[in-house]
Amino acid sequence: MTAPAHDFDADIIVVGAGPAGSCAAIAAARAGKSVVLVERGPFPGSKNMYGGVVYPRILDELIPSWWETMPVQRWVVKRSTMLLSDTGALNVDFRANAWGAPPYNGATAYRPDFDNWLANHAVEAGARLVCSTTVTGLLRDSTGRIQGVSTDRPDGDLRAPIVIACDGVNSFLAKESGLYPHTDASNFTLGVKETLALPKHVIDERFGVRDNQGVDIEILGGTSGVNGGGFIYTNLDTVALGVVLKLPKLAAQQKRPEQIIAELKRHPAVAPLIEGAEVKEYSAHVIPEAGLEMMPTMVADGMLVAGDAAALCLAAGIWLEGVNFAMASGMYAGQAAAEAITKNDVSSRGLSGYTDRLEKTFVLRDHKKLRKVPHLVLSDRVQHKYPAFVAGVVERVFRVDNPHPKPGVRRIVREERKKAGIGLLDLLRDGWTGMRGFG
Amino acid sequence: MSPTARIERDNAWPEISFEERIGTAEFRIHEKAHITVNGDSCRGCTTRECVVACPANLFVPTSDGGILFNYENCFECGTCYLVCNKEGAISWTYPEGGYGIVFHRT
Ligand SMILES: Cc1cc2nc3c(=O)[nH]c(=O)nc-3n(C[C@H](O)[C@H](O)[C@H](O)COP(=O)(O)OP(=O)(O)OC[C@H]3O[C@@H](n4cnc5c(N)ncnc54)[C@H](O)[C@@H]3O)c2cc1C
Ligand code: SF4
Ligand code: SF4
Repeated sequence: MTAPAHDFDADIIVVGAGPAGSCAAIAAARAGKSVVLVERGPFPGSKNMYGGVVYPRILDELIPSWWETMPVQRWVVKRSTMLLSDTGALNVDFRANAWGAPPYNGATAYRPDFDNWLANHAVEAGARLVCSTTVTGLLRDSTGRIQGVSTDRPDGDLRAPIVIACDGVNSFLAKESGLYPHTDASNFTLGVKETLALPKHVIDERFGVRDNQGVDIEILGGTSGVNGGGFIYTNLDTVALGVVLKLPKLAAQQKRPEQIIAELKRHPAVAPLIEGAEVKEYSAHVIPEAGLEMMPTMVADGMLVAGDAAALCLAAGIWLEGVNFAMASGMYAGQAAAEAITKNDVSSRGLSGYTDRLEKTFVLRDHKKLRKVPHLVLSDRVQHKYPAFVAGVVERVFRVDNPHPKPGVRRIVREERKKAGIGLLDLLRDGWTGMRGFG
Repeated sequence: MSPTARIERDNAWPEISFEERIGTAEFRIHEKAHITVNGDSCRGCTTRECVVACPANLFVPTSDGGILFNYENCFECGTCYLVCNKEGAISWTYPEGGYGIVFHRT
């Protein structure tokens, strides 16, 4: 490892030891640069909660055979989407037992375990991990150039020519640097969840899985009229159940988040899955939901922004992926920062290898492809009218109402559409947007 | 949602109070508040977004039209400063390193 230039403590300071920060630190340290990774929690992952499924294939590059050591709860072999009306539910299930063997697809994992594991890889790669230390601001020289960060430790300034902000959804560093001026509540959702304890064999039976197989259920509807969604994920001997709620909608009504969870738990399609379960841990965190629309500038002189701090989380209905986007963007930021140190050019031009990589890979490609989806999924029609409409249609298709003959499906669709108050043009328009967005 | 649509079996799961719910999370409390709320701003606030939205239920309206705030059981999520429409009502920072919420099975 090269010694950092003159009075610097390191070549690169990474703020936040979440998935973005740890991958940035691994990549930069592997490239031979000296890296300090600063985390405000007592250990990496201690401040972090999420729904519960990681898609770690992006780690192939940094940690080959990652599945052999990663702290996994269960490997997801079944994905369901649940559309809830007041009394009914439409389930679309997909099962692939092949996802339960290497190279796998998704895994449920606890973030305090997972993030800690990932940060240990950064330490093994040569990064210096400093926990229990909150970064309080950016250091600049007299010309305004970034020179590192200040922290809340006595004599806690840390000097480096490059700072990578991986400080999560509230990123005060991105805000301070002027890269991220907005704090518009409509771009965010609040996620709250209960970690519910159940014996392993009960989870296996209720969800139809064995051994370390797991299930991922995304829910549309069932959030008491607040735009958002729900999720249920199986861990070994707990079930994670939660809701995500659009902030302005949540704030403009009367039900509190835990009451909305309580109602979801009592839904006839949900209750049998979690009956008898005890709340082991309650948690909350905010999600940047608006995708491309809210992304900040990610590169400045001496600074890169990655992960949730750059709003790279993909929250588009049937997908809730942030950890993989954080790991990838962190890795690319670490690589680009190392290149800039080698080239001795830490200006935004010298650091532009970062955005080049984002543009070329799934990180920005997925976001561009799905740019209209977050908006559509959280729109009032999709949220408040479609679940009842779809459940109503399916209910009537399957209802045997003898002695009446079966009505035609077209008639059912028309009648249920009218009952749900959906205009034909709106339905076609949303269908078109959805098809183009998802296609 | 009609209440009869809900499963209301007595033994479905143990009901828990909000205190018990918050008691399932670990908070390492620092003596210094990381969030402060300016009572004067709140007195004129009619919308009270923070009261319903804070997942830790830390904003409590008082009988004299103010807001009582306690930082101790805070998830550090950011919801309050995002939903509050009054400039300067909430001053929000993270707690000192090592303090505050500590998650375990999240
Ligand atoms: C309810 C919910 C459900 C979700 N479900 C999923 C899911 O199932 N799958 C998925 O892939 N993604 C999911 N996500 C999204 C995912 O959690 C995030 O996208 C991901 O954690 C982003 O990683 P990050 O490293 O950018 O930020 P974070 O994980 O937030 O990490 C930021 C780190 O920086 C530290 N930090 C912050 N400020 C400072 C400071 N000033 N000084 C020092 N350290 C600091 C924090 O303590 C933290 O460790 C979900 C999110 C939520 C809230
Ligand atoms: S904190 Fe903001 S939203 Fe809450 S009462 Fe005060 S001014 Fe109103
Ligand atoms: S940060 Fe979150 S938990 Fe803490 S007071 Fe604000 S809204 Fe409540």
